[in-house]
Amino acid sequence: MAPVATTFFFYFLSALTVLSGVLVITRKNAVHSALALIVSLLGQAALYLMLYAPFVAGVQIILYAGGIMVLFLFVIMLVSIEKAQKEEQFNQQWLVGLAAALALGALFVLVYVKGRALFPDRGILMPEQSNTQQVAVLLYGNYMFTFEIASLLLLVAIIGAVVMAKKRI
Amino acid sequence: MQERGRDDLTSVGGPVLSAVEGTRALLRNNALNITTFIIVSLIKTVLALFVLLTAVAYTVWLERKVVGHMQNRWGPTRVGPFGLLQPLADGVKFLFKEDLTPPHVYKPLYIAAPMIAVIFALTSIAVIPVGNSITLGSLHIPLQITDVNIGLLIILGVTSLGVYGVALAGWSSNSKYSLLGGLRASAQMISYEISLGLSLVGVLMLTGSFSLRDIVDTQGGTFWGFIPRWNIFYGGQFIAFFIYLISAYAETNRIPFDLPEAETELVAGYHTEYSAMKFAMFFMAEYANMITVAAVASLLFLGGWHGPVVGPPILRALLPVFWFVLRIFGFLFVYIWVRGTLPRFRYDQLMAFGWKFLLPLAIANLLVTALVVALRA
Repeated sequence: MAPVATTFFFYFLSALTVLSGVLVITRKNAVHSALALIVSLLGQAALYLMLYAPFVAGVQIILYAGGIMVLFLFVIMLVSIEKAQKEEQFNQQWLVGLAAALALGALFVLVYVKGRALFPDRGILMPEQSNTQQVAVLLYGNYMFTFEIASLLLLVAIIGAVVMAKKRI
Repeated sequence: MQERGRDDLTSVGGPVLSAVEGTRALLRNNALNITTFIIVSLIKTVLALFVLLTAVAYTVWLERKVVGHMQNRWGPTRVGPFGLLQPLADGVKFLFKEDLTPPHVYKPLYIAAPMIAVIFALTSIAVIPVGNSITLGSLHIPLQITDVNIGLLIILGVTSLGVYGVALAGWSSNSKYSLLGGLRASAQMISYEISLGLSLVGVLMLTGSFSLRDIVDTQGGTFWGFIPRWNIFYGGQFIAFFIYLISAYAETNRIPFDLPEAETELVAGYHTEYSAMKFAMFFMAEYANMITVAAVASLLFLGGWHGPVVGPPILRALLPVFWFVLRIFGFLFVYIWVRGTLPRFRYDQLMAFGWKFLLPLAIANLLVTALVVALRA
């Protein structure tokens, strides 16, 4: 069966994701920003589902929307909102911002033009019945070394955070 | 014609992917047309929600009754025989009470928070199977709203999203007690979610599937002649079962881990500022979560709906449901029993227990199970 990525839902979810992404940076109240980010992440999870990647979608919800964002919110809830709302939200460095945006845009265009062959055609990459198993085979088989290095990096980051946060260990 | 109908259904896209999954399973089994499928699904959804909400109401009654008897009281006795109509009376009371909105709250989130809590609590029922399937004439109906192949992941995800109801209620109430309750709740739920998830991984390794139906199917039969092949015995997930049970108590904010609403310190925690139906929604969410947690424990560790089945075909189809409900009832009773027995933890004890004892134990269990699975293969 063909993927269910019909145009309407793709554009609807993309618009939801992008719009809430914009809200994240334009809201002055940090809690509102965090909520918009959650909606954006959930939109991404739905997009993964449309790409027939149920495992990635599930993990996206559990880890990002349900785990990391709760911690974000946890910290933000303690911030004094009145004080944050009086502060200037954007700085005025238009020139640098423009240059950075142009560079990023150029990068996207370059990848799209040069690397077109890398993007898959329409079609299911992995059958959804065995999607989870195949992700596991790839992670622990072909890409085991990369995977372990990534986990080591994360471990270093965690220890670093603990060292920085604690006055006395 | 059927091919056509299939395409129509799939064109609705991602969010109903799970429904599509279920349809295709049905279509494979016996050529069933889409209209019948939609009608059957609707009936199943309405029935499941009705049963769940009734169960929620009567769990409250059961709790009051059991705790009452444990403390040498009668519990509710006035409304109906044995106080059986008490939930109804409570419901009416909740509906007609004045719905107070304090002036200092942040209104949009204050109103949305209880809804978030109750919506996520009710969502997970969609992937929980309650029995094999019934055959009505030519119709073959699986006793589950939808069979997704990542069912367990969906339940975990939905449960982890349920924290927002509590956290946002605490924040939007703009009151010290509520905020502290909300903060406690989010810290506690995040901490115990890890042990909860890890305790389930052992079962997943033994089964090799996220589908709850597959997990139950592998637990059929007996070994050594008489012991049922449930994961708690055959898979050696005994320790995992207790890790799950303890973490589940913390996840659902029940005694001995009900720190987020500790009355002696926080008035009522995150729902201090709530009244009438909004308060009832938090209550419903808590009890619906208890039932979900009990259902998952039964499915993963206690063999789901397996049990002796006898009699005519209709009884053969419905007896498994009875065994499953009996297990859930057992879990709910233990919940209440624990509530009547144990005092509340201190907050630092709660955190230390979760991170320094439960988490290492869950990881150790995971390693041993992985070793066993690897040696067996």
